[in-house]
Amino acid sequence: MIRCESVTYVYQRGTPVETTALADVSLEIRSGEIVGIIGATGSGKSTLVQHFNGLLRPTRGRVYLDDVDIHAREVDRRRLRQQIGLLFQYPEHQLFEETVSADVAFGPRNLGVAGQELDRRVRGALERVGLDPDRFGPRSPFALSNGEMRRVAIAGILAMEPRMLILDEPTAGLDPLSRQEILDHIRRLHDERGLTIVLVSHSMDAVARLCRRLIVMDRGRVVADGAARSVFADPARLAALGLGLPQVTLCAQRLRERGLPVRPDVLTVEEGRAAILEAVAVRARGAS
Amino acid sequence: MYRAGTPDAVPALRGVDLDVSPGECVALIGGNGSGKSTLAKHLNALLTPTSGAVRVDGIDTRDADRVWDVRQRVGMIFENPDDQLVAAIVEEDVAFGCENLGLPPAEIRARVDAALRLVGLEHLRRRPPHLLSGGQKQRVAIAGVLAMRPRCLVLDEATAMLDPRGQAEVMETALRLCRHEGLALVLITHAMEEAALADRVVVLADGRVALAGPPAEVFSRAEPLARLRIEPPPIARLARLLAASGLPLPPGILTVEQLVEALSPLGAAP
Amino acid sequence: MELLRSFAFGQYVPVESPVHRLDPRTKILAALALVAGTFAIGTFAGLAVLTVFLAAAIAAGRIAPGYVVRGLRPVFWLLAIAVALQVLFGEGGGHPVFRRGPLVVTRENLLLGAFYGYRVVLLVVATTLMMFTTSPVELTDGMERLLRPFRRAGVPAHELALMMTIALRFIPTLLEETEKIMKAQMARGAEFSQGSLVRRARALVPLLVPLFVGAFRRADALALAMEARCYRGGEHRTRMRQLEMRRADYVALAVVAVAIAVALGPPAAWHAP
Repeated sequence: MIRCESVTYVYQRGTPVETTALADVSLEIRSGEIVGIIGATGSGKSTLVQHFNGLLRPTRGRVYLDDVDIHAREVDRRRLRQQIGLLFQYPEHQLFEETVSADVAFGPRNLGVAGQELDRRVRGALERVGLDPDRFGPRSPFALSNGEMRRVAIAGILAMEPRMLILDEPTAGLDPLSRQEILDHIRRLHDERGLTIVLVSHSMDAVARLCRRLIVMDRGRVVADGAARSVFADPARLAALGLGLPQVTLCAQRLRERGLPVRPDVLTVEEGRAAILEAVAVRARGAS
Repeated sequence: MYRAGTPDAVPALRGVDLDVSPGECVALIGGNGSGKSTLAKHLNALLTPTSGAVRVDGIDTRDADRVWDVRQRVGMIFENPDDQLVAAIVEEDVAFGCENLGLPPAEIRARVDAALRLVGLEHLRRRPPHLLSGGQKQRVAIAGVLAMRPRCLVLDEATAMLDPRGQAEVMETALRLCRHEGLALVLITHAMEEAALADRVVVLADGRVALAGPPAEVFSRAEPLARLRIEPPPIARLARLLAASGLPLPPGILTVEQLVEALSPLGAAP
Repeated sequence: MELLRSFAFGQYVPVESPVHRLDPRTKILAALALVAGTFAIGTFAGLAVLTVFLAAAIAAGRIAPGYVVRGLRPVFWLLAIAVALQVLFGEGGGHPVFRRGPLVVTRENLLLGAFYGYRVVLLVVATTLMMFTTSPVELTDGMERLLRPFRRAGVPAHELALMMTIALRFIPTLLEETEKIMKAQMARGAEFSQGSLVRRARALVPLLVPLFVGAFRRADALALAMEARCYRGGEHRTRMRQLEMRRADYVALAVVAVAIAVALGPPAAWHAP
């Protein structure tokens, strides 16, 4: 649904601090996918996703939504932003209304939604992030916990009923419990509601559990794009790019170096257990 | 170094007892609202206990005349790297604490240079902080505290907002200061991999100490941890699953290195 | 936004030069003297003297003339309007050189307009030269030291300097935050650059509220961090960086004084052309 063709983006062009944030990036994200974009700070991943909803305009190259150039004159920017929901890092910092309901309503209201339809959307969005609309709706967003505020911010995008949801570091700065909750909600939005999801992160851990496809960025370029497992099969390279590897993956790698034939692409504790037990069994058979 | 017997009237903390010695690293963990940050603020007299006492090098934090002695001895690093640097140039920020102590200029200069060297940032001394990475900003904050010659460093979720590289930088710096310079280190953290590196883990819940002990011991207590909704570090869980499946593993494995070490004999060429 | 940005980074040109090395107090005092001087000068000859002096100072400061011209850009329109008003509606009387309907341009008014206009140019050049050669941090330090003797009279020198420092430190951060919140609200369908003035003003609410909430949150956090680092006001406080007036500083001040004296000329010449 979103396709980038040789997108290059240069910040502060014509000044001494000119920097190329994106260099010749081509990729496609298809409807119904759940994709992770990973890269260290400054690798260009946040700049890239801002091209998806037209907040940034490529210096060179084109971005298409359903084969229509999003910067073509006839494209309505609001409709574009409605379809491609983008949530920035620490999205709770964008809340401003007096009540949670009013804040969630901000997006759809800008799109001209009103009355019962607006009410339905606000309630639906809050429910989808696990917040009871009757309990949380009338409260001030500033009186909530960090995790709750972040879920309100996500609801604010969901209420616009986008086809794609892009989340930049959705779990940053949260405690493990809230982190897990947010990831569960994101997974459910994909599995149950068929939303296309793009997760942007510098940490593999969060992305590894959710995404089937990974795009790895380094200094403005896409350096890997493929199934999560194939990307993880080269962890030494990922570590060199400054990305946090899941500890289980790291462990499997080290064991291989020590001669135990553990699959290198394990991501979770359960997978790690199965892979190590299998490797030990193989070794034991070989020894006997 | 500390003795904290803390309030019962205040719901935030109730009867916490905790000692931290020089060169020791203690991790404080617990969910939101468990009282971790409240406790941290008691350590350098940003808060004082309603009942009970906090002592730093024998100084009672309620002693109003010695508040500055307490704060000089206990350096705090906070969560948001952007909200704790005061000056528009790195070395001036590092000097800020010493200037507040009223030290002579030459002495401040020497301490600032030494502190920047200890955190490995001497090459950035003339930079404005907003051009640094998150990890570098936190190291500047650590240098600012170090220049005051503290006895103890408190990291209050100081890595929560950083990327993996920044997290590693800050942890490496803090642990080195603890191990080699003899600073007491209090780590308040949500990251169990970090807590696993401490000498001692203290789990707070509802303002009380729910569990305490060496990390290997605390993280092996699956049931109370599950009740407190704390998930042990992934490697601890993996090791426990493997041991349950019959692999000969010693108890108390927490880190990748330990697990690899314990499993390597199985990988040795037959 | 641009204004803030230039305030934040100053217009400092980081090169090595004898002017850069001067004590900030010297440069502040010199700039003040030059500003006062240009106001007192009443002859084109005087302005010419100052022009020569400033040109020499710019060369000594290794500032590209192009920068100086660019530094005048923000005041260009102000200047143009002021000069135009003087030329068209001044009360100089005298010889008309141009006439169309009610508009009369006289030679005297043209001269006066040029004189006042050029005076402002010199004034701006003198202050920008100070900004070009002194970093905002040094300026803050210099101001604090200069104001210190007035502390008894209730001038909060330390507090003013600290405010400046914190402003310098946080403006880039707040600018980044502003940009981020704007984009976040635009992603929710907000428009900041369309519609009537009232609509645009109303569109600012979703930007300003989070910005203020954020600024207060930062202020709280910063206050706590400062307290944790033993901050307790200006009393007892020392500074790492010591300012030192060297021989070059006294020489520079003397040169400025001479230049202004020469530009003013003998008292008899104190009249407008």
